[in-house]
Amino acid sequence: MEQKTLTLNMGPQHPATHGVLRVILEVDGEKIVKATPVVGYLHTGIEKTMESKLYYKAIPCTDRMDYLAPMSNNLGYCLAVEKLMDIEVPEKVKWARVCLAELSRIKSHLVWLGTHAMDLGAVSMSLYAFREREMIVDIYEACGGQRMMTTYIRIGGLAYDLPPDFEKLVRKFLKEMPARLDDYETLLTNNQIFIRRTKDVAVISAEDAINWSLSGPMLRGSGVKQDLRKDNPYSGYENFDFDIALGETGDAYDRYKLRLEEMRQSLRIIQQAIDGMPSGPYRAHVPGVVLPPKEDILHKMESLIFHFKLITDGFKSPKGAVYQGIEAPKGELGFYISSDGTNRPNRVRVRPPSFVNLACLPVLCEGSLISDAVCAIGTIDIVLGEVDR
Amino acid sequence: MKEILKALVDVIWKMPQGLLVTFKHMFKKPITLDYPKKKEPMAPRFKGLHYLERYEDGSERCVCCGLCAAACPADAVYMEPDENENGERLAKVYEINMLRCIFCGFCEEACPEEAIFLGREYEFATDSREGFIYSKDQLLVPHPRKESAFKRTIRRIRKIYGVEESR
Repeated sequence: MEQKTLTLNMGPQHPATHGVLRVILEVDGEKIVKATPVVGYLHTGIEKTMESKLYYKAIPCTDRMDYLAPMSNNLGYCLAVEKLMDIEVPEKVKWARVCLAELSRIKSHLVWLGTHAMDLGAVSMSLYAFREREMIVDIYEACGGQRMMTTYIRIGGLAYDLPPDFEKLVRKFLKEMPARLDDYETLLTNNQIFIRRTKDVAVISAEDAINWSLSGPMLRGSGVKQDLRKDNPYSGYENFDFDIALGETGDAYDRYKLRLEEMRQSLRIIQQAIDGMPSGPYRAHVPGVVLPPKEDILHKMESLIFHFKLITDGFKSPKGAVYQGIEAPKGELGFYISSDGTNRPNRVRVRPPSFVNLACLPVLCEGSLISDAVCAIGTIDIVLGEVDR
Repeated sequence: MKEILKALVDVIWKMPQGLLVTFKHMFKKPITLDYPKKKEPMAPRFKGLHYLERYEDGSERCVCCGLCAAACPADAVYMEPDENENGERLAKVYEINMLRCIFCGFCEEACPEEAIFLGREYEFATDSREGFIYSKDQLLVPHPRKESAFKRTIRRIRKIYGVEESR
């Protein structure tokens, strides 16, 4: 029998798949008949590793999932553990966390913007996006000493107090960023090549988006108003005034505009957070669960005992299970932790936004051209570290 | 015909606009660095290669309590305790495997003796796996050390943790 279609492997080593994603494309000429994403090439067993570690030692693992937005991952995990342990963090911590999480949203969207535009031919875009990303990475370095794997947000607070020059750095960023965003718009929004590559490409309807349980910009791009920051506020998001950006048609161009608008809204939130940053301790005072401040360790016996106990043995968690979802840059990032009463989690399950969003790739690119598959993969905004975990 | 004219106007009018942007950038300071010659300034909290601190008289601060090894999420620290002639505890073997290390700084936070710090060195590539296992001799700061540099380090670390300088 004559074979009508050709099977084409896209990836795992393909620059446009943003890592090691493999897509099996069945093509009829230039048209895609069937697309099957194959994941698992970057499987690192992060969930399993987290089960074998003490609660506080699992935080560096979360950094390595979505390595483009480490602060959001830290935040999701720490909120989940805090929910399990019933810890109330100080006001300043909440505000600082919101500020850092929104910075990571901008950081993640900038990398998305740079790489997505580069996939579609606008190479200079990535240089601009990474230039601005550098400012955020510098803020991270000032906070926690690391540029990518920050591990700055800890259970019950922050690793260290906010650095003295934090406000200065963030204000400098806030001052420069809006003009830069306008620059991006002049480069891409009315760019004929970009519009033709993205308009009416990778379309998903609102109904489909809900049925595929998409979240984040993928869902909002289709016009569904769902944002955990508004629907189920965590870490004091109810105190901030911002709008949810929405798309209309659910194509790649809509999602591009939506993500730019999200960055603007994030800037608004950061502005409010930095203006109204309350003063106070940077860690909750919960002996035996949260590390005591370093100066107490050097001068107080009880603190030193708690310090030794906590670092060698961790803390015992009550039996039970918690789920905490946060609005990460890529969608709903959830941590489900089930505890059997020991000092290690019994099971940690991550609900990764990239993985769930990637599942709808066949809907996005079946029936379109091969070159549009690149656009479809780019517009989902996947990070393979998070997809495979 | 009309479209061709429009395209022509576009080229004549918009090309110089684009070139003007390029031209302007010739007089701006570049954001890139000539890396091996020039280096980006580091934040005070930068986490680089570890070092073991000494007391001012030259004796080691580390008492081999094992907290850094316990805190390490990557199991990169290995140590064996010993005693010196005065009966003071110290580390006989102290090794950090830099290939395992993830530079999270948990050891620095855990240390109750202010002995281990993450320094500012980040270029320590070697060509063998063994070369990445740092022994105690490599990690300890050299003894006749400039006083001012030592005090500066302590002041920097105390600033991070919020301890007053008078102590």
